[in-house]
Amino acid sequence: MTKKTSLGGKLYTALVFLFLYAPIAVLILFSFNSGKSTAVFEGFSLHWYEELFRDAATLTAFKNSLIIAVVSSIISTVMGTAAATAIFGYKNKLVKSSIMTVTNIPMMNPEIVTGIAMMLLFVFIGGLFGKTGTLGFTTLTIAHVTFELPYVILNVLPKLKQTDAHLSEAAQDLGCTPFQAFYKVVLPAIMPGIISGLMMAFTLSIDDFIISYFVSGTSSQTLPIRIFSMTKRRVTPDMYALSTLIFLAILVLLVVSNVVSSRGDKKNGKKGGAKK
Amino acid sequence: MKRFFSVIICFILMGLTVIPCFAGEKKNYSHLKGTTLNVYNWGEYISDGSEGSLDVNKEFEKRYGITVNYSNYESNENMYNKLQSGGANYDVIIPSDYMIAKLIEEDMLAELDFSNIPNYKYVLEKYRGLYYDPDNKYTVPYTVGMVGLIYNTKIVKEVPDSWGILWDEKYAGEILMFNNPRDAFGVAQCYLGQSINTESVEDWDKAIEALKTQNHLVSSYVMDEVFNKMENGEAALAPYYAGDFLTMYDVNPDLAFVYPKEGTNFFVDAMCVPKNAENKEAAELYINFMLEDEIAVANANYICYATPHSNVLASDDYDLKGDPVLYPDEENTPKTEMFENLDYETQNYMNMLWNELKIEGNSNLDAYIGLSVTAVLVITYAVYKFIKKKKREAMY
Repeated sequence: MTKKTSLGGKLYTALVFLFLYAPIAVLILFSFNSGKSTAVFEGFSLHWYEELFRDAATLTAFKNSLIIAVVSSIISTVMGTAAATAIFGYKNKLVKSSIMTVTNIPMMNPEIVTGIAMMLLFVFIGGLFGKTGTLGFTTLTIAHVTFELPYVILNVLPKLKQTDAHLSEAAQDLGCTPFQAFYKVVLPAIMPGIISGLMMAFTLSIDDFIISYFVSGTSSQTLPIRIFSMTKRRVTPDMYALSTLIFLAILVLLVVSNVVSSRGDKKNGKKGGAKK
Repeated sequence: MKRFFSVIICFILMGLTVIPCFAGEKKNYSHLKGTTLNVYNWGEYISDGSEGSLDVNKEFEKRYGITVNYSNYESNENMYNKLQSGGANYDVIIPSDYMIAKLIEEDMLAELDFSNIPNYKYVLEKYRGLYYDPDNKYTVPYTVGMVGLIYNTKIVKEVPDSWGILWDEKYAGEILMFNNPRDAFGVAQCYLGQSINTESVEDWDKAIEALKTQNHLVSSYVMDEVFNKMENGEAALAPYYAGDFLTMYDVNPDLAFVYPKEGTNFFVDAMCVPKNAENKEAAELYINFMLEDEIAVANANYICYATPHSNVLASDDYDLKGDPVLYPDEENTPKTEMFENLDYETQNYMNMLWNELKIEGNSNLDAYIGLSVTAVLVITYAVYKFIKKKKREAMY
């Protein structure tokens, strides 16, 4: 661990970080610009943060994004975990791999195809019931669950493979009902996979533009759609303020989760050592 | 005599009851309270309460108790697709002229009930009965504007008077062009003296030829990036909308604006109600509300595009009153033409030419096709390998 890195190595690392973080640094800088320009820095101010909290349309879009991200990631995590457990339980390899392929399709499919297909489906189903204007929060949530599902499954499945296959049987031997065995023994064991699946689903949902663009309705405009709609005229600097806040929130979240998990690792490490 | 009087009294009474209907008629809209109205507008195209401006939608909600669902689009074409899919029912949309013509042609707009829009009387005569809606049945103009030439006086020492300066070798690498086919071709066609609605293949070929010769002078094809580049002084010349010039000028006073002598494109964005609107009466109420003096002034100040509203033009609260860029006097008013909806074939031809321009340097299209085919093959092979590997892993 104490191996010295050469100057070239340090330089290379610095360059990589520069490439990764320079855009965000510029964005943060311009969110504090006092002028309206996105090219000339005129002085420090919190003006755009004030504007952001006055911009009702953007706040509504942000709220929509958050609601859909939370709801869809929770649904997809529950469904994905259940699906992963079931897939893991299949003994027949052919069935197992073909189910995996089918669940992976939404992930491999170009987003624009998924988006258009979803839109057509929803409009078609709405048409069957003689309804127009079917697109909205529900369709948006369904679409998001669809493309998040494979990611959750892919996060949970490896954790299941890592746990001892006989763990659940052992628990049942010791008096657990099958449900208790899953709930009290298997679930805690695969929790890290579930959490990372949940977080991935959440970020994917917040991120998504293309699919949301096709399936959103009159009252369910999400933040990415709102920002994209500004590109004919101009993206206002309060968007930079909002992006800065989101970036900081994610940074804090990541730091906290890393600290917590590294503490957990230390504990587990001791336990693991004791076992051996 | 008595009879005569009674007849007169009758008439007076009739008059008394009829007159209020003609004068300050106040319809009762209280039954719309609690309903929702879906508005679909361009991004950044309404006074929204930022920088101390009036929040128009909130004001409307407060006054009528109707909830406004406000969402945005960034191009006429995307708005059209959303509308046509039938998945979302909008009550008010604000497309541009040629798109309105297309929507009317396809029977997607509802006729407005102008008794709900008494403020229509403020719309200037010259913006009524335009080609897309000759009988004033479907639309109420929202903003109007023209495309002109923005230039940086620090770099461009002369005063340009022609689109030709965009083809001047002197400014190689300092010219910006529209990044959408209709506007970019529009500039070339104005320069060549063609109609911007020409349907002759020959004319389009000439226009693409002009754009191709210009290609190596253009530093980039832009839409909203034009703001940064012009404000920064990164580029010398750019064609763009007059209203947006004013925003750039606020940041960089070295910029200047001119309407080239060959003429230019004139556009109108107008409010309409789609056929499948669910709250048409509220939509008309909203359109009428947008034409109220105070609201129209707030919007005109925020958007910076020219307004078709007579009272705004005369209002002292209007920041851009008599601005020479938005409202050039007769002598400086350029010859203008409006975009019309091109027929299907012409539109396809234009898009094809545009892709040609954007893809190729000049004629190494084949090389690109070859490259992309190879890329697709490589990717397919990689994916195939990947899936195979996954399957093998899953087996064990």
